[in-house]
Amino acid sequence: MKAWLYILVMALTTYLIRVLPLTLIRRPIRSVFLKSFLYYVPYVTLAVMTFPAITEATQSPIAGWAAMGVGLVCAWFGLGMLPVAILCCGTVIVLEAILL
Amino acid sequence: MKHLVFQRGLRDGIPIGLGYFVVSIGIGIACRTAKLGAAQGFFMSLLNNASAGEYGGITVIAGDAGFLTMILMMLVINARYLLMGCVLSQKLSPDLSLGHRMLMAFDLTDEIFGLAVAQQGMLDPWYYYGAMCAALPGWSCGTVVGVLLGQSLPEWAVSGCSVMLFGMFIAIILPEGKRNPVVLGFLLLSFLCSWAGAKLPPLAQLSEGMRILVLTVILAALAAALFPRKEEEEAAE
Repeated sequence: MKAWLYILVMALTTYLIRVLPLTLIRRPIRSVFLKSFLYYVPYVTLAVMTFPAITEATQSPIAGWAAMGVGLVCAWFGLGMLPVAILCCGTVIVLEAILL
Repeated sequence: MKHLVFQRGLRDGIPIGLGYFVVSIGIGIACRTAKLGAAQGFFMSLLNNASAGEYGGITVIAGDAGFLTMILMMLVINARYLLMGCVLSQKLSPDLSLGHRMLMAFDLTDEIFGLAVAQQGMLDPWYYYGAMCAALPGWSCGTVVGVLLGQSLPEWAVSGCSVMLFGMFIAIILPEGKRNPVVLGFLLLSFLCSWAGAKLPPLAQLSEGMRILVLTVILAALAAALFPRKEEEEAAE
């Protein structure tokens, strides 16, 4: 039951962020700091979310670390979202089959 | 006329919907950590339409970190939609009714925003609705598939699938890091701080959701203060 409440709070807050600029604010943001902050947030937050959580999501931490390494290398060399995700997944499955 | 514009939006939205379907499977699998069921996953995705935001929300629910943390988490992680909304509102006819604006806001995502601002002249809301109709089902249905997979796959497969979402996150952030050395530096700093924060007090005493929130605010504010974005950089995007 509490999970449903969390979902409702989540949805209302997110909707408020989206609807305010289209209805009440209706003008461009001028503050350089605010614009820069909003530009950096997604990159910083996704990095914080990914690591070290990726090393804790697997049964063997070594497999998680390896998935992190494989993901970084593949993404650096230009592979897209889906190939990177599949290679990370494959790394974990293969390594855990060997290690566990 | 409305009909044709809607169809064009629908057509342009289909690749987005397919992409959403795949990504949201990862979100669905992550729902396992918060013990969310298929219906909960479905509505969370239908009502939020945000990958980082939903993952952040899942960490809050998993740690039962409280409603205030949830509100702050959404305000920070989804704050960029405020910026997108301000840009999008410049593309709308000043006479466009409140109802249209409220409906369009419901599915203001990075990808649909990208489609909308690429349109010539004023944005026709029916084009936007077409794109929404392709994107919304992809995102929410993919989440349900992910939840069901997480519940039914054997442990070894779930272990592998649970890193897929993180792989996607890496593939989103690294290309921008390659283009922009400041972003790259802050990605590395974020990894380092997040790892240290998970091991060392005072951050280690916080729930995972709260830690994500605190680190995001501090690091993004630091980046913005030290390396404010210049106008020409924004124009180049």
